[in-house]
Amino acid sequence: MTSHKRWGLFFFLAPVVLWLFVMIVLPHIDLLVMSFRFENDEGQMQWSLNNYLAFFEEPIYWLTFVRTAIYSILVTFLTFVIALPLAFYITKVVNPKYQGFLLVLLLLPFWVSELVRVYGWMILLRESGVINHFLLKAGILRQPIEMLYRDSTMILGLVYTSMLFMVVPIVSVLDSLDNSLIEAAYDLGANMWTILFKIIIPHASPGIMSGSIVVFMLTLGNYLTPNLMGGKNSLWFTEQIYNQFIASFNWNQGSAFGFLLLVLSSIVVWLGLKLTRQNLKKVVQ
Amino acid sequence: MIRTLPTSKTYNRCFKLYVVLYFIFLFAPLLVTCILAFNDSQFPSLPWKGFTLEWFTANLPERVGIFHDQINLDSIWVSFRVAFFVTLLSLVVGTCAAFLFEQEAFRFKQGLYFLMLAPLVIPGVILGISILLFSNTLGTHFEESWNIDVELFRPGFWLVVLGQFSFIATLVTLVVSARLRKFDRTLEEAALNLGANRLEVIWHITLKFLRPALIGAGAVAFLMSFENFNTTLFLVGYEATLPINLYLQVRDGSTPVINAISFLLIVGTSLLALLNLYFSRKDQS
Repeated sequence: MTSHKRWGLFFFLAPVVLWLFVMIVLPHIDLLVMSFRFENDEGQMQWSLNNYLAFFEEPIYWLTFVRTAIYSILVTFLTFVIALPLAFYITKVVNPKYQGFLLVLLLLPFWVSELVRVYGWMILLRESGVINHFLLKAGILRQPIEMLYRDSTMILGLVYTSMLFMVVPIVSVLDSLDNSLIEAAYDLGANMWTILFKIIIPHASPGIMSGSIVVFMLTLGNYLTPNLMGGKNSLWFTEQIYNQFIASFNWNQGSAFGFLLLVLSSIVVWLGLKLTRQNLKKVVQ
Repeated sequence: MIRTLPTSKTYNRCFKLYVVLYFIFLFAPLLVTCILAFNDSQFPSLPWKGFTLEWFTANLPERVGIFHDQINLDSIWVSFRVAFFVTLLSLVVGTCAAFLFEQEAFRFKQGLYFLMLAPLVIPGVILGISILLFSNTLGTHFEESWNIDVELFRPGFWLVVLGQFSFIATLVTLVVSARLRKFDRTLEEAALNLGANRLEVIWHITLKFLRPALIGAGAVAFLMSFENFNTTLFLVGYEATLPINLYLQVRDGSTPVINAISFLLIVGTSLLALLNLYFSRKDQS
């Protein structure tokens, strides 16, 4: 029996270990190693901190990094502000008859490729776009304006892309909020804001936190939306990584950038989990 | 406030307006993309010049519809093949991982479990570059040590498959694990007592029970692979997948053919999403 069990364990363990070590662990060790290698003037590879020093010495690099981080926080916050009333409406306000339908409607667009969604926004917003067309027709504008390639458009696109990951966890925590708590607070004379800050948000905080972690991480690592909606001015850190890898062919510098982004994203996830005293296992479920 | 409490008319109206506005925000880019696929104009923009199917069917010198656009058709075929192999590989390894973490006990289980979750918090871009680096390191090593040129280690079809598999397998593991947790293990014990061996039990009983989860996870895996951009961007060779190919076209200006492809994608994924939902509902009831 025990040898049988051993065999079964090995049968399941082998592919999983192979997957995790060959596709995840070793590549990331390689990433770390590459980021400490530097080509000196004689064209030889040597150990060095130069790639990281370059990051701190060139303002364009670290400014882009900080900018990406700050905008990712902003996007996360905006997504939360938009998602909370929506999740509340679906779970608590709307007639339960329509609840399922609204949820399906809410999820449907996110099955469609991000590229298609971003493309839709480009058609709407650009100079020859649909919104400009209507504004000109209505006489509100005399000249078409370019609405793409601005920071605000990029933020809009990023919020749009990540909405789902905020709405779904908040809907699921609000579902478990007992209505009688809100009713009791109301009967005792609490107003809307008190109820919001004393009951709804505290109860929903695990969902809010897991939504925020996912949204932040996805926004930080997004390439498509900043690149297409922000254009040349987007200055997103993933674009720096791409440029180092594909355009400059400086893989060592790119690895250092990649590792820095990975560290930032891991720290934020870790902090988020620590602050709410949750573990990763719970959040992903 | 909520359904059971009296609320003012203005409050209700404002809330409704908010939700309606949100849904307009959600669907506007997709609807506009779809509508402009049928506009008889050389550019995907208004004014409306009449209904046409030419962006799907035409094969004229100045207008080639998607059904005759060889480059785009090729990339759709590449994406289908990639998605097929990614789904297959992720289902096999993900199911092994689900069995491993739900039914087996071994040392370092907790550590391996967290490693399995890691791909969820690694940005796709980072996963792409580290796999690119590692495969390049392996390729160089093989060539220098044994003078063997391994096709697999160069950016191309199989590297894309492996790269996408590395994180999609995690999602499959989570979905299958959730179902496996509900499995009544006395059924297995009964079969074992009746003389079946472990493999027979898994094949005839447990996998049967898991079938809805496997179908659901397979559908999600297929779609995620089909639409993946971030990881694929760094691993793609001369065979571009559909998202990469579309990205290049959107970046360099666009024609209504992209709208036609988007239309097909939106319809296709919506159908798949609704089917998936229908089956998961049926499974629950």
